Amino acid sequence: MSAHADTLTHDSHAADGHGALSENNFLGLPNIKLAMWAFLGSECMFFGSLIGTYFFYHGNSLSGPLPKDVFSIGITSISTFLLLMSSVTMALGVDAMRQQKPMRARTFILLTAALGACFVGFQVVEFHEFYTEKHLIFAGPNASLFGSTFYTMTGFHGTHVTVGVIWLLIMSVLITKKKLVPGKEAVNVEVMGLYWHFVDIVWIVIFTFVYLLEFLK
Amino acid sequence: MASIADFAAAQKPIYHQERPSKTGLMDWLTTVDHKKIGILYGGAGLFWLLIGGLEALLFRIQLARPDQHIFIGDTYNGLVTMHATTMVFLAVMPMIAGFSNYFVPLMIGARDVAFPRMNAFSWWTFFAGSLTINASLLFCGAFPAAGWTGYAPLTTKEFSGMPIDFWWAGLTLLAVSSMVAGVNFVVTILNLRAPGMTLMRVPVLTWMMLVIQFLLAFSFPPVAVGLILLAFDRTFGTVFYSTGMGGDPHLWQHLFWLFGHPEVYVLILPSMGIVSEILPVFTRRPLFGHHAVIFSGVFIGFVGFGVWGHHMFTAGMGPIADAAFASTTAIVAIPTGVKIFNWIGTMYNSKMTFPTAMLFAISFIPMFTLGGLSGMMHASPPLDLQQHDTYFVVAHFHYVLVGGALQGLFAGFYFYMPKISGKMLNETLGKIHFWVFLIGFNVTFFPMHLLGNHGMPRRIYTYPADAGWNTENLLATGGVFLMAGATLLFVYNLITSLKNGKDAGSDPWDANTLEWMTSSPPPVHNFDFTPVVLSERPLWDHKYTPGMEIPVPEQAEEIHMPSPSWRPMWVSASAGLIIVGLLTFSGIAGIPGWPLCIVGALGVIFSVYAWVTEPV
Repeated sequence: MSAHADTLTHDSHAADGHGALSENNFLGLPNIKLAMWAFLGSECMFFGSLIGTYFFYHGNSLSGPLPKDVFSIGITSISTFLLLMSSVTMALGVDAMRQQKPMRARTFILLTAALGACFVGFQVVEFHEFYTEKHLIFAGPNASLFGSTFYTMTGFHGTHVTVGVIWLLIMSVLITKKKLVPGKEAVNVEVMGLYWHFVDIVWIVIFTFVYLLEFLK
Repeated sequence: MASIADFAAAQKPIYHQERPSKTGLMDWLTTVDHKKIGILYGGAGLFWLLIGGLEALLFRIQLARPDQHIFIGDTYNGLVTMHATTMVFLAVMPMIAGFSNYFVPLMIGARDVAFPRMNAFSWWTFFAGSLTINASLLFCGAFPAAGWTGYAPLTTKEFSGMPIDFWWAGLTLLAVSSMVAGVNFVVTILNLRAPGMTLMRVPVLTWMMLVIQFLLAFSFPPVAVGLILLAFDRTFGTVFYSTGMGGDPHLWQHLFWLFGHPEVYVLILPSMGIVSEILPVFTRRPLFGHHAVIFSGVFIGFVGFGVWGHHMFTAGMGPIADAAFASTTAIVAIPTGVKIFNWIGTMYNSKMTFPTAMLFAISFIPMFTLGGLSGMMHASPPLDLQQHDTYFVVAHFHYVLVGGALQGLFAGFYFYMPKISGKMLNETLGKIHFWVFLIGFNVTFFPMHLLGNHGMPRRIYTYPADAGWNTENLLATGGVFLMAGATLLFVYNLITSLKNGKDAGSDPWDANTLEWMTSSPPPVHNFDFTPVVLSERPLWDHKYTPGMEIPVPEQAEEIHMPSPSWRPMWVSASAGLIIVGLLTFSGIAGIPGWPLCIVGALGVIFSVYAWVTEPV
């Protein structure tokens, strides 16, 4: 016991200076990063419930159109590709920030935001086409179960991408105004990256199980 | 021998604070201090406990005699719905949040939670949600009346009115508040522990709080999704819950109970933690099977996600699902039994003392066990089919939630109030409170077992005189008056103790854990120096085990204290605007509500930007 006490002197702890509130941590993981992991766990349950609802109701629609009538894999593959590429630029941005190159990081962050915005744009076009040309209705007297579940699930994903784009833009403003210390606060960019990759992964799940599996066989 | 007086000799720390704390009302509005937020939560919980109790009193008066017509139909349904909603979300949960806010940082030797402003955001969002749910009485003249479980399609527009809009809106805000709090406290407990406080040295109450934070963070999203789908159905006309379009009533039940059952453990685990803290102090022993108690709590939390189907045995899930949920439910008995035997083992053949806190902690054990045993009966689908929606079920969950959760919280109040206020509660009043409450509770709820077995269904507002249910119902109503009287006495004791109570000193109970080493009430920065933890019972060992004293550093520590902030309230208010916009989307009296959504969304973006750029 006393041996343990020797290794845990007050001096090592006082080095934190800011007490319990800033970089002090027991697990060796910054607070904000741990918080993001916990939040993403929570988000897994959120998207799990939305995607679960979609599959719980899959095939229950009493009126058309059906998934096969509306999905066009070609177009969605392009937007999926753009979102996947945004994960690459995000990773490069995080890396640049770690290497204390804030301007390079900002370029990649803006590139990520642009790719994310393209994805959202594709989704807007897709929703518009489904709604006007293929008569897949979200709500109201002509709505179908497929319409309600599909738009809600993918809509919430699109909202998450939009929130991510806003976050990326705010971050690039902070970097421009030099309000983000490159070495010390690189973790803020890294945490944003975690969120971005998570949103990307959710889309891979949706694209695979909702879109692609529809055309199995 | 060392004593806690040693700590008074420590140098006062040197403060750094960006902006000074405000005073008076402004202080309470802008505070990010976990202790003040804890008091706000606790006070709100006590207030809603009285309101929820009043609602119960009213509908028990209706049920006292057969064929009465005092509160009938939707009025009765509204009272029942709001009694349950209030007690679960607005009374017991905030009291738990109060304890976890106030004591988790103290128990782990930290200065505050990991994200103090996020903590304030949780509180204000909770506050907004609690007002929203009850606002339906103001704006619609009626309470939501679909039961606290709000089964869709009963809650869709076809079958219910405007009060349900307030219900989903309020619950959505409460869900956001709980998820954010969950993330915040997971980080706090895992990362802000004092040096040397390895996981197995974390106090059991803090451990149980850690488990429920995971439950909050992971179980609220499913019900949030359920509520969002309900909101879409009611506001936009989507068809999630309309059976005419192919919708399935099971959907809501799954989403709700996937949240609802972990929620039950959110309500009970903190009380188990409080009991596990109190028993060792008054038996002068370490907790028997300390690690087993911790692991069984974790196991209960884990299995809690796999048992929700036992609420749906009568919903027709099929024999395979029924069998699976029956077995997972039965497994819960094992860790629970481990805890019960360990508590008994702690007390067995010890030199106990019996202050009120200890009385409540002891009576928690048999009362909770009774509720647990009747719960085990419901794990069996054939038995459950007989008991479902009868008063037997009502008896079961009140033994768990009142005899268990609430008695545990009462024990916590008597044990911890001296730390919060610096004053002891009156023991004579406390003992009267305990005995009257215990008798009243059993007179109320024990007869309900018999009523259920005699076939009285839940959620009916009256019954014929010749049904054979008269005596038990009259007894139950009488018992409620005893419980109400005892609770009022408790509140009286609480308030008068602030003025007349004996000074508590730092460590009135000669206790084990870190929160008792600082003054009562603790200073804003909690501890003059960061304690180093060498054992499971750091303060006990400091006092009674030579060589295990907590070292007092010679030089003063420099600490950075968080500054007061308005930003959390801004974000809460903006999020509230989005919800109100959805609530009144298509308009009230010709004024459309949807612009509020846009204003709220812009408000969130603006205030989050102001939040992240605010110097702390």
